[in-house]
Amino acid sequence: MKTKAGESPLLLQLRNITKRYGTYVANDSVDLALEHGQICAILGENGAGKSTLMKTIYGIQQPDEGEIVWNGEKVAVTSPSVARDLGIGMVFQHFSLFETISVVENISLTVPGSLPDLAEIIRQKADEYGLHVNPDAPVHGLSVGERQRVEIIRCLMQDPKLLILDEPTSVLPPHSVQQLFGTLRKLSERGVAMLYISHKLEEIRDLCHCAVVLRQGRVTGTANPRQATSAELARLMIGQDIPTARHAEAKPSCEPALTVSDLTYENPDPLGESLDSVSMAVRPGEIVGIAGVSGNGQSTLARILSGEIRLQGHMAGRIQVFDHPVGDAPPGTRRQMGVTFVPEERLGRATVPTMSLADNVLLTAHGAGLVRKGLIRRRQQADFADKCISAMDVRSRGRQSIASSLSGGNLQKFVLGREILLKPRILIVSQPTWGIDVGAAAMVRQKLVDLRDTGTAILMISEELEEIFEISDRIHVMYHGRLSPSVQARSVTAEDVGRMMMGEFDQKMRAA
Amino acid sequence: MTDTIIFVLAGAFATATPLLLAAIGEAVAEKAGVMNLSVEGMMAFAAAVAFAVTYQTGNIVLGFGLAVGASVALSLVFSILVLGFSANQIVSGLAVGILGLGLSSLAGRSFENLTMMAPANLSLPVLSDLPLVGPILFRQSAITYFAFAVAFLTWWFLAKTRHGRITKVVGEDPAIAHNLGFAVIRIRLFAIIFGAVMSGLGGAYASTILTPGWSDGLIAGRGWIAVALVVFGTWRPLRIAFGAYLFGALLLGDLAVQAMGFSVPPQIMTSLPYVMTIIVLAAVSRNALLIRLNAPVSLGQNFQPSK
Repeated sequence: MKTKAGESPLLLQLRNITKRYGTYVANDSVDLALEHGQICAILGENGAGKSTLMKTIYGIQQPDEGEIVWNGEKVAVTSPSVARDLGIGMVFQHFSLFETISVVENISLTVPGSLPDLAEIIRQKADEYGLHVNPDAPVHGLSVGERQRVEIIRCLMQDPKLLILDEPTSVLPPHSVQQLFGTLRKLSERGVAMLYISHKLEEIRDLCHCAVVLRQGRVTGTANPRQATSAELARLMIGQDIPTARHAEAKPSCEPALTVSDLTYENPDPLGESLDSVSMAVRPGEIVGIAGVSGNGQSTLARILSGEIRLQGHMAGRIQVFDHPVGDAPPGTRRQMGVTFVPEERLGRATVPTMSLADNVLLTAHGAGLVRKGLIRRRQQADFADKCISAMDVRSRGRQSIASSLSGGNLQKFVLGREILLKPRILIVSQPTWGIDVGAAAMVRQKLVDLRDTGTAILMISEELEEIFEISDRIHVMYHGRLSPSVQARSVTAEDVGRMMMGEFDQKMRAA
Repeated sequence: MTDTIIFVLAGAFATATPLLLAAIGEAVAEKAGVMNLSVEGMMAFAAAVAFAVTYQTGNIVLGFGLAVGASVALSLVFSILVLGFSANQIVSGLAVGILGLGLSSLAGRSFENLTMMAPANLSLPVLSDLPLVGPILFRQSAITYFAFAVAFLTWWFLAKTRHGRITKVVGEDPAIAHNLGFAVIRIRLFAIIFGAVMSGLGGAYASTILTPGWSDGLIAGRGWIAVALVVFGTWRPLRIAFGAYLFGALLLGDLAVQAMGFSVPPQIMTSLPYVMTIIVLAAVSRNALLIRLNAPVSLGQNFQPSK
């Protein structure tokens, strides 16, 4: 590794970084050291303080205590532009691109230079690192993979010495992950150091030189990911072994509970996702998983199934619940037929953030004897909420807790528990474990399998491929608004599904 | 007949000027994600101040200057509520607007029903004497030329400059803009102040040049028309300029038709400019993708950076 004379061998040192939000300590005296060209994984569950630490390094927020030493000198990173001037770049988990302008216009916001010059440099960097993008393309038309390439190119154009990557692979199909790793290794060889946030242990073992584990805001350990096993890393991360969902062979009955036939939907929002002749069936007692990179029509499909988007009357028959057409029925009607939904946004769509858990129970469970003659029956309401909280081990200060005060994992357990207690005949769930910690995720998955075994038909939309494989019985893949034929989860490999995620299931697309 | 056409086409520029100024200002504020509904109040207060000062001092530049100051002062109240305390933008805008209307009545009380001479329009050698084109294009007030120049410059600023793009992305997603290191609050403040300066100029023009006189209610809904022009012009300055001119032309055309003695019910004629402007702008701007790309996504939503 090249080191100029007089330059510190250490690129970045964090000493005693502490960050508090009120009484909550997000980072508690964190120390960290990083060499030039080193790729260091930052491991930890959600809420462990990883993102807070990265935001501090990138200057989005200031630490309450502690210091940042850059190339041997103490620095105050007071804003992201200071960080960029130092040579720190960050690729955000949910991207920081604006949809209404083009790639080069986005890059021009933070990189000086005229648009034609920048476009030229983008093309150069794209060739150099194999990150193909068209500088003049509007961002709203780009796939997530392309968006991420734009983010990385933007960082590279500032000639960074340190790159912070926040869960960069969480939205990528497997094929793109390898491509990304190739680029990152090339950068590392050229001396660019990286902080790599992820909870995908296999990836970390594949890519990173070192790993720092955070738990509850503190550094609880370091490991050499090349030598440690995934199980060892996991234990460091959550302090215990991760249970995996017990998953017996499904015994579905033959009559489908939920049928979608040749559903085509043109989204009136020009940037929204449309659907192109989607067909599928979900039978009682099985879990059907829909994989695919998000943004390929899954959220539109979920809204059409739930009734948030209602189809025109003549299209009603395209969606059937036990042979009744429901395509034009409002959500309440569908719920009366035994269909329940767990949407991906927990706050604002599944619950009212400012209301208590007890009141949030009423949102969907009002029909379960909690209301009589238009008046709320307080005791039944309290019983239902308590039952939900204890059945799902929701950690909260009881049923009067405000929904927004719960962590993502606990709130998700609550929402799922509420729907399970309604004994649904069909459950439609989107991104059931998105952004929640490993322990809560394992429990949510186990509950879904248990529910399946009671004879409920479950449709799960998820972009976590591991999750799809862990609990689905059959798998569909969504790509550009089209749905693949289903494959048996037990007889298909992750690589096969990965290829389907790139659209390789579709005769029509292959021909195009 | 020629005279009538000249009257309509030339007068439309003058009628459009206050609408255009206020609408361009509001468009920039909305582009940055701030819905400021106090345009009517800002224009009214500025109009009263401009008339009072110009009437008493005879100095129209001073009148315009203090009018802009009055309008900006109102917008700072709005900014403190919205940017400082994250108050609801709609309610704050309405409240400050009502405050502005009240202040305009107060400031204009001892000037009620007074009039004065408007400054002469520009007269350019040769150009102003051209037949037809001369009186339509080259005998306007300097403020009118300024207004259309501002519309063009604002288009250029938003479409072609880096700062324009930054303004626009703050209105698209303030959280991302903050993460990239842009000072969202400061950018929004500048956008609000720019809007107030434009509303102030528009109000001052209305009471000193367009109809040089003061009576309570002189602004008569122009601020609201400006807000509507922004939306129906889909936040694009050149469309807004077109819409403002069209509205002015229809308003005067309506007067001309009535003067010629056609027997059309006056209710229909009076509503025509409003209806036609909406129909025409909606028709030329019906491309859903372009609307989606130009509409500020975070419009009306406050943002507070976490420390």
